[in-house]
Amino acid sequence: MQVTFKLYASLMPLLPPGTKGHAVNVDIDAGSSLQQLIDQFNIDDQQAFLVMVNGVYVPPDARHSYVLKPQDVVAIWPKVAGG
Amino acid sequence: MAWTEKVLRVNLTARTTFVEPLNMEWANQYLGQRGLGSKYLSEEIDPKVEPLSPENKLIMITGPLTGTMAATGGRYSIVTKSPLTSAIACSNSGGFIGAEIKNAGWDMIIFEGKADSPVYLYIENDDVKILPADDLWGNSVWKTDEMLHQKHQDPLLRVACIGRSAEQQCLYASVINDLHRAAGRSGVGTVMASKNLKAVAVRGTKGVGNIKDFPRFLNATNQAKQVLAGDSITHEGLPTYGTQVLMNVINEIGAMPTRNMRDVQFDGAERISGEAMHQIRASDNKANLTTNAACFGCTIACGRISTIDKGHFSIQNKPEYWHASGGLEYEAAWALGSDLGIDDLDALTYANFICNEDGFDPISFGSTLAAAMEMYEQGLISKAQTGGIELNFGNAEALVKMVELTAKGEGFGKELGLGSKRLCEKYGNPDLSMTVKGQEFPAYDPRGIQGMGLTYATSNRGACHLRGYTVSSEVLGVPEKTDPLTTEGKPELAKAFQDATAAIDSSGLCVFTTFAWTLDDIAPQLDAACQGDWTAEKLLEVGERIWNLERQFNLDAGLTGKDDNLPKRLLKEAAKTGPAKGKVNELGKMLPEYYQLRGWTADGVPKQETLQRLGLV
Repeated sequence: MQVTFKLYASLMPLLPPGTKGHAVNVDIDAGSSLQQLIDQFNIDDQQAFLVMVNGVYVPPDARHSYVLKPQDVVAIWPKVAGG
Repeated sequence: MAWTEKVLRVNLTARTTFVEPLNMEWANQYLGQRGLGSKYLSEEIDPKVEPLSPENKLIMITGPLTGTMAATGGRYSIVTKSPLTSAIACSNSGGFIGAEIKNAGWDMIIFEGKADSPVYLYIENDDVKILPADDLWGNSVWKTDEMLHQKHQDPLLRVACIGRSAEQQCLYASVINDLHRAAGRSGVGTVMASKNLKAVAVRGTKGVGNIKDFPRFLNATNQAKQVLAGDSITHEGLPTYGTQVLMNVINEIGAMPTRNMRDVQFDGAERISGEAMHQIRASDNKANLTTNAACFGCTIACGRISTIDKGHFSIQNKPEYWHASGGLEYEAAWALGSDLGIDDLDALTYANFICNEDGFDPISFGSTLAAAMEMYEQGLISKAQTGGIELNFGNAEALVKMVELTAKGEGFGKELGLGSKRLCEKYGNPDLSMTVKGQEFPAYDPRGIQGMGLTYATSNRGACHLRGYTVSSEVLGVPEKTDPLTTEGKPELAKAFQDATAAIDSSGLCVFTTFAWTLDDIAPQLDAACQGDWTAEKLLEVGERIWNLERQFNLDAGLTGKDDNLPKRLLKEAAKTGPAKGKVNELGKMLPEYYQLRGWTADGVPKQETLQRLGLV
């Protein structure tokens, strides 16, 4: 199944070379967890600070058990702030 | 110490200046900047005063750490009664002039009365002069700055001044210092113009030497700087992407005010984001972002300096804008971008340049233009009234034209200078004004961030994110993550942010330090610098005192608990997309608990015991 995977700010270099913008479509096995997808892109726990699925934050302790669905949009930021 | 203990009082009517000792009892209760300035204002003017009358006063005030070696210790504030909201106004700015005022030996300058012709104040340490400004009047901020530097032949002169928008009584005019730092909100520049005061030009060479315990201060400031250097937000995120890093975050969670807050997500957000400012343009092989920049004493350097493509339609034939200048912060980018449905980064940057050049608040301007666009699309405003300009959402050419007109108070720009509330009332649809107490919203839709609805509604200067930035917790997870879509715990969260921020706004430090610092990092710096004992607990008490003082001023000015409200759109029209789809802001669930936590009556009036506890009676 396919999900959309997006990285922002200093995490952008971890997207596949040649990626335009922030997003790539990724094929994953049905039943894959959010954490498995994060690991696939070699993003460590400290870097994956704000992790959202369809715009909703998923805390670190829930990422292993969070099972992704087709067409989910995963977006990740390092620790950021502004105002 | 840290305070110079000297107040400069300038009577513009009589063109006289006086030196007064700082009221140290008040300094111990209100610290400086926002708190102390609000105390002086409350004591010296009738809260019912007409904001643009000579009876209103305008206070430029530093904090005890302004001008010191504390990281970000360059802030100053302008405190007055706002012509936009008729509430108390306090606008905070960085840059360099705050430190310069302190280095010249002054904690604060109180302007009273009105000059019978344009003047500016020149300060060189103890030498203070009220000088004619007839030649400066009618010029932009940037031209005025240049003329004053030429006139005084001093490249190190620091200038804070108003532009043409303020002279034309745009109700959200700012005071700009150091070319592109702004005491931006609530129309403090409009008040300055009403006094015929064009500029304040300062040169200070005294230094800030009266630190209570200098070795301890050196140690405390060094330790605090290490905290900033070790935090990924203040060390990496803010310097690299600026506040604009939020554009994509807020859009993703469905709290991006879009097309006058009709929508909560903008499909062009990525094209006007902090990341987009780094992208190399195909047209000229350069990025919008030229460099980052720091204010006085700042070790974060979140400021944006940008350059527009010379071939962009906004500046194609205007070489005077082909240089680098103050670029987009997040608050300007959303107001000039998503709220207008415009994703042309260079057009937004140009509009931001003009807001700096002629001194007006891009948040209020963008939000007002958004309301005008919605009324234009509804047929309430005609093409004849806009001077032939198609005022549709998404029209970057209209933005460019309208910002130029507003800068000079010409054509439909004069109407836009009224602000959203008055404009919507005038054209027959007041519900389209996205304001609280007459001030336009900042960049967070409270349907998607519930706590922000409460902080907007209760903000003492009208809708404002800087009066209690619960976004930090609700969205960004700093200091700890809460759920943006629930109301539980938000009254307590809002109060905590409001009180802490009021204290920080009074210290001379920048509130952005608090993405890494807590009050436990700030208190030791103040305690080493200032007489008295300064702990985190005392700072929270000072913050709460300031909040209640401002509240009392507003109540005395005629505002009531009924003004703690949100536009109908945010309370009745559900978000259409994103995680908040189907939700409105649940202000009614939060406000009673908030009043209770504050020690206020059900009508939002501080109880006697609350005022007594805080020493306000």
